[in-house]
Amino acid sequence: MQRVGVFVCWCGSNIAGTVDVQAVSEALKSEPGVVFSANYQYMCSQAGQDMIKEAVKEHNLTGIVVCSCSPRMHEATFRKTAAAAGINPYMVEIANIREQCSWVHKDIATGTEKAIILGKAAIAKVNLNTPLTPGESPVTKRALVIGGGIAGIQTALDIADAGFPVDIVETKPTIGGKMAQLDKTFPTLDCAACILTPKMVDVAQNEKIRIFSYSEVSEIKGFVGNFDVTIKKNARYVKEDICTGCGACVEKCPMKKVPNEFNLGMDNRSAIYIPFAQAVPKVATIDPNACNMLKNGKCGLCARVCTAGAIDYTQKDEYINEKYGAIVVATGFNPISMDKFDEFAYNQSKDVITSLEFERLTNAAGPTAGHLERPSDGKSPKTIVFVQCVGSRCDACAEKGKEYCSKICCMYTAKHAMLTRDKYPDTEVYVFYIDVRTPGKNFDEFYRRAVEEYGVKYVKGMVGKVTPEGDKLKVQASDLIANKQLHIDADLVVLAAAIEPDKSARPLATMLTASMDTNDFFTEAHPKLRPVESPTAGVFLSGACQGPKDIPETVSQAGAAASKVIGLLAKDKLTGNPCVAHSNELMCNGCSSCEKVCAYGAITYENKEFRMPDRTTKIRRVAVVNPAVCQGCGACTVACPSGAMDLNGFASNQIMAEVDAICK
Amino acid sequence: MQTITKQQLLDKADSLLANGTVTAVLGWSKGEFGYDVTPKMFTTKEDLEQNFVWNDFCGVNFSKYLVSKTDRFEGKILVFLKPCDTYSFNQLLTEHRFDREKVYAVGIPCEGMVDVSKLKAATGDGISEIKEDGDNLLVTTIYEDEPATVPCRDVLLERCINCKSKKHVAYDELLGDEGEIIDSARFDEVAQIEAMTPDERFAFWQNELSRCIRCNACRDACPACTCEKCVFDNPNSGVENKAPANSFEEKMFHIIRAYHVAGRCTDCGECSRVCPQNIPLHLLNRKFIKDINEFYGEYQAGAEVGSRAPLVDYTTDDLEPGEVFDRRDMDA
Amino acid sequence: MQVNEHKPLIVAFCCNWCSYAGADLAGNNRLNYPADVKIIRVPCSCRVNPMFILRAFQRGADGVIICGCHPGDCHYTSGNYYTRRRMAALFSMLDFLGIEKERTRVEWVSAAEGAKFAATMNDFVEQVTALGENKRLEDLRCKR
Repeated sequence: MQRVGVFVCWCGSNIAGTVDVQAVSEALKSEPGVVFSANYQYMCSQAGQDMIKEAVKEHNLTGIVVCSCSPRMHEATFRKTAAAAGINPYMVEIANIREQCSWVHKDIATGTEKAIILGKAAIAKVNLNTPLTPGESPVTKRALVIGGGIAGIQTALDIADAGFPVDIVETKPTIGGKMAQLDKTFPTLDCAACILTPKMVDVAQNEKIRIFSYSEVSEIKGFVGNFDVTIKKNARYVKEDICTGCGACVEKCPMKKVPNEFNLGMDNRSAIYIPFAQAVPKVATIDPNACNMLKNGKCGLCARVCTAGAIDYTQKDEYINEKYGAIVVATGFNPISMDKFDEFAYNQSKDVITSLEFERLTNAAGPTAGHLERPSDGKSPKTIVFVQCVGSRCDACAEKGKEYCSKICCMYTAKHAMLTRDKYPDTEVYVFYIDVRTPGKNFDEFYRRAVEEYGVKYVKGMVGKVTPEGDKLKVQASDLIANKQLHIDADLVVLAAAIEPDKSARPLATMLTASMDTNDFFTEAHPKLRPVESPTAGVFLSGACQGPKDIPETVSQAGAAASKVIGLLAKDKLTGNPCVAHSNELMCNGCSSCEKVCAYGAITYENKEFRMPDRTTKIRRVAVVNPAVCQGCGACTVACPSGAMDLNGFASNQIMAEVDAICK
Repeated sequence: MQTITKQQLLDKADSLLANGTVTAVLGWSKGEFGYDVTPKMFTTKEDLEQNFVWNDFCGVNFSKYLVSKTDRFEGKILVFLKPCDTYSFNQLLTEHRFDREKVYAVGIPCEGMVDVSKLKAATGDGISEIKEDGDNLLVTTIYEDEPATVPCRDVLLERCINCKSKKHVAYDELLGDEGEIIDSARFDEVAQIEAMTPDERFAFWQNELSRCIRCNACRDACPACTCEKCVFDNPNSGVENKAPANSFEEKMFHIIRAYHVAGRCTDCGECSRVCPQNIPLHLLNRKFIKDINEFYGEYQAGAEVGSRAPLVDYTTDDLEPGEVFDRRDMDA
Repeated sequence: MQVNEHKPLIVAFCCNWCSYAGADLAGNNRLNYPADVKIIRVPCSCRVNPMFILRAFQRGADGVIICGCHPGDCHYTSGNYYTRRRMAALFSMLDFLGIEKERTRVEWVSAAEGAKFAATMNDFVEQVTALGENKRLEDLRCKR
């Protein structure tokens, strides 16, 4: 049996004005477990707290009930008081007789009666309280960044800057991501490579950062502060530490007809390749699907020309195990496939391209060395039609697109249109749009310049059909403002394809037990207040994996994610919230209901051996809650059919006791 | 009345025992009366020959037995599953309640099982002997010399009249022909009760539930009730107590039980079959199933292993609890 | 006309992050509502087990209301979505058993909605008072 002390606060006249505090402390004296009951003007004052401490000593109290203001106000205060008095801080319960009693009821008799009932409920609860101790777990002071685009690069640099080691895992042979493929960036029109590549070099030169390129995460175990990750380093058949990136092998490789991914297949590369001149790491990679030596052992030219001796045809995939305290997801995005958009003739005509392909066409390092040429015949296009929202803002029922706005297309289309008119003033440029969305610093000004200074023809309306005819593309569209049909003979059609999360995100989310929305974007721990954290503790979000974003937004989120990681890694130990769920293994069925409703992936299962009454043993699957990951919401406690799952601080029998006390 | 014969089942059991595929057979054996059939683990051919039973009274759903029978059993158990039993089988696998590797499931067709209460109502008490004669039962009682002829069709269990599926959703091997999922009228009675006034509904359930003697048969037979420790047996759950000392649990037992199996209940009908007071308990479960289907889309527990029950799932645009009634009031 | 003298007993389960804070705000702004409402604090509305609600009814509560964060705003991201499904199913069942549907309610009240909290409680108390004493759940089993 507890020895409970009850302390009724007057809060000056805030409570005492409408609640007879003397009557309350008298009435609660005879409640079960109560050995001391008193009232005082300000319980939260030093004198009030001292009164509690003295009573604890004098009456050997094991539990404390404070009838006062909201626990949201002073629960922490009184817990500290309890701890100072030598009893467990979680042996304190607050009856809220100010906000939820004296302040909302005018009549003293009514207020007093309710205050007594609320006090009784708190006493009933505290009688069932158990001392709780927050768990502690150590923190591995190393971070993992998954994805080496601008989001991952910025996050890694910021974390490393704070002095913590960071590993970047990138599936491609080089870091840089989508930004490395871009030409100019809106709204300032500085060249993407000029601002990105120095950062890539910084990453390569930073002693705290390791790059695992051409690699992927294959397994993740553990939890916040203690992730155990297996990284699969795919065989690139080139010794990374020896290769100097001189490019002699690339030059000599006889297999030169491999579609170049970096230029979106618009030109070719060799079987051994370096994706682009500023690649980091600047190391060659052999494409095993194209290399004759690897396929049938005939060739070996690259090994002969490599003076460094870096080529190794026998290289195997390598698995690396490493521990991390925090994981940042920066898996980015891709434009959606245009296969389902037959109306735009993307698969019928080479001259219908996506905006990312247009980026490569205008990029000085691209397949045309920056000259705007039609992919089909290399002629300069005289009429270009840009189509916005291809696959964005689709109806929920339309299967081929996405419901959401891809956010970046309005701006990059304005950029493309403007740059085209700037470089080739005799080109006619049309942009078809549903809406033009330009909320961003200097964004609307940028768009207006495209229209007003560069004479880009913006038409509100959608393109209905694109038909290749001769060397022209017949574009049929509607102008909603003029209310008429338009027929344009275009030389080039550019589709602003919707963007979607990278395909690697979904399996990664499963490994991380991080939640995703229906579009496979990672969800935040809170949409407003915790936008860079995943609900899974220790997992952070950076860049477009969380939702469509432009570069400045990505960089700011990357920095924010880094600061969260730094905050975590700066701690030596994580102190948990002890009010977490726990499963009684004797009652657990191992049915997985709790796991399904856990937003944090805090619940796992293990096969446990139980001794039976007849001295045999039985192996049963039981749930185990990781207190470092559990956030204490209690969803699992209700999902559990057997009642094996319970919540510290809000146990079923405690809540039942409160119900009983109120309803008595 | 069953299309598959006892001999066919015996032959299958014998051969699987003989070739070592299984080391035991979970089957039906004779009980005290002709209509009384008890589950039994057979391990020898002789035992099977003597005691194995297959008739129109083999309603018991073996799925639940697999939880306790497999847990410390070395080797594989042969189990015969009627189509409705296979749903419970899958549901228990979804909940990781037994090891699939330890079971050899043989799907068998079922033409419907007989409700003993209905039979007794037709013939009177004191049944001494029951013989099968085609689609009829010849029932002798201690009060009559001549056996009465009762068509099976007239005394089927409610769950068989409203059979939801003749298709097996799980098995290692199938005997006889595979059937189809049936578009049954099983929710009609729920709809009828929904159409009553609240007062009528209350009177209906007060009348039904007042007969409850808290024997726990419904819980003990239910394949969804396989908890290691049932909340009704757990002193810390706040709802424990078998004797009616605490009126709470007495009154709420059935609501809590139905809620606990909501989304997991396959509508196998064992609860109503075993209720000695003939309380139509399946209606409570079907109400939840009907609601879940209407609110969150069609869901059949046990139709596939690993499916996510609607009450441990959500969408962001689910119905609000208040809208449940608005919808119904609009329909009315 | 007879005046209904019955003072109802209302149990309100409020989630710590939104609705309990909303109730506090109602207090800060001195927005009155009947003292019949007694609040039980839970971390999240998804902590409310149907057994608690039934227990309250059995012990003489005349109405039970569950308040949580607005859908989409749950402190624990998805807790109230489960609450929504659980309570929709439970309340529909109680209605099926002939228990007045006006005795149960789920309301989403944010920490900023002190006024909504008070208005909700005023409305709910009025609604439950109109029904009178809760006899049905207690009497469900006892045929008279």
